[in-house]
Amino acid sequence: MDKATSGSLVRSHCVGTTAVVYASDYRNKLTGEKIERECRRQLDCGCRALVIDFSDTKLVNSIGVSILLGIIDVAEKSGARIVFSEVNNQTVQLFEMLGLTRHVALAKDEREALHTISGFETSPTVN
Amino acid sequence: MEPSTQKLVHTFGALADLGQEIAGRGDFTEMVRTSMHLLLGTLALRRGAVVECVADDKLQCVAIWGLEPQILTHFAIQQSDKDHFLTGELSDFLIGSATTPDTFAGRYGERLRQEGIELVLPMIVREEVTGLVLLGGKASGEEFSSDDFETIRAMVRHIGVGIYTHRLLEQVAQRAEENRRIYEELRGIYRATVRAFAAAIDIKDKYTQGHSERVGKYSEIIAREMGWNEDEVEGIQIAGYLHDIGKLVVDRDIINAPYNINAKESSQLSRHPSAGYEILAPINHPYADIPLMAKYHHERLDGRGYPDGLVDEQIPLGAKIVSLADSFDAMTTDRPYRRRRSFEDVVSDLRENSGKQFDAKVVAAFARAILKEVNGVTKERRITKMLGKDYLEGENVPTLLSDLITDLSHKEAQKAQIN
Repeated sequence: MDKATSGSLVRSHCVGTTAVVYASDYRNKLTGEKIERECRRQLDCGCRALVIDFSDTKLVNSIGVSILLGIIDVAEKSGARIVFSEVNNQTVQLFEMLGLTRHVALAKDEREALHTISGFETSPTVN
Repeated sequence: MEPSTQKLVHTFGALADLGQEIAGRGDFTEMVRTSMHLLLGTLALRRGAVVECVADDKLQCVAIWGLEPQILTHFAIQQSDKDHFLTGELSDFLIGSATTPDTFAGRYGERLRQEGIELVLPMIVREEVTGLVLLGGKASGEEFSSDDFETIRAMVRHIGVGIYTHRLLEQVAQRAEENRRIYEELRGIYRATVRAFAAAIDIKDKYTQGHSERVGKYSEIIAREMGWNEDEVEGIQIAGYLHDIGKLVVDRDIINAPYNINAKESSQLSRHPSAGYEILAPINHPYADIPLMAKYHHERLDGRGYPDGLVDEQIPLGAKIVSLADSFDAMTTDRPYRRRRSFEDVVSDLRENSGKQFDAKVVAAFARAILKEVNGVTKERRITKMLGKDYLEGENVPTLLSDLITDLSHKEAQKAQIN
């Protein structure tokens, strides 16, 4: 079921128990923190996985990296999976260099991200 | 792009952003929060906090990310910690490296590790520890390199200076505000003292009680109508209150004489503007030219005034205003030997004496101010209150004033043509 979030500057919707949150422009610190709050809200509402969509994001700066680490932290504490989708090459290189890709999966687009999440959900848990 | 080049570009970008953020004049909390994000994001540190040292060795959180603010309540900084921070190397501040319990990292090491803090650095400004920066580990899981330490050191120094400068500016602003308040209080005391003096002057003359206060108010109204600024308006009001202060040295019997005074008595009375100047000149007034306005309030444009027989341009504009206010009040109040004059009569006098005794521009400004009040343009009816309710009630009052303003305008135009 798709559910658009209204009354917030952060665009997001839910697909099942996965929240898709659009990153937009991370260079603005306030927007960045709002995205972290939106992710936290979605997880509090019962979402089990997050897809952060970077289709409108040209550049991720240091502030953006810090915010994303906050989101990763929140997701990990909630036991939620997290996938970054439609990240451009330059940003992928940055994430790899800084070690963010150790904590998140990358997907070509939102559809692949949702598919990756569903893969996580059907995989048997390894203890 | 090579990873090392990309890392350099990423770090330089963050340093540039940090410099801009700290030099900006935005909100303080936003500045620190953004600076903290820039520091964390440069090396992809998972969590961090910027805390300030406040009174009693307490720490106060200014910005925090990935940590619960409550954790800071467990920590206090002692003088010995500060000494250690001032002398230690950056690598000494790694939580795992603390070997003695008498350092901050040694005392709180276990707790800090539980919270995911790996490095605690001091913010040092002018050889003083002003706060701490708590940093978590790198998202890559790698240990801090010497390059990382250099980057962190540079950024923490920037943040420290930014906070210090902001606090300094806050203190300066606070001091300025305190000074402004003290100055306002002093001005208030000065004004109250001046009014008390005005009352003392008027008490000496039993027939003109309230005269100085009214002259002050009329002067203020005229000056405001002439477009003077607030400070100048306040100054001329004070000059109005004090214009007759020289009467304090004139014999009370002469001031209160219910008959025409003789030449000798008149000479003594005529000394009051100069005596006023002598009283007022040594005082450091917060407004300009108050002694001169008192000295010259009996000068006339035609040179027949006293004490110096000045003519038109030689008379300060302030003195011309006080002079008109003084004469207007004299004409519109009862005296022991006569009733006050009708408004029609007063207007006729003002028209007749404009250019001789009074400056036409000053008279026109006063007429405009009265007309505004009569027509209800000015809501506060201050002139009416001073003159009494009925004085300006006559049907012909607006016409009298309009005609006077027109005549004075023509007179000024003619004067300009001649010059």
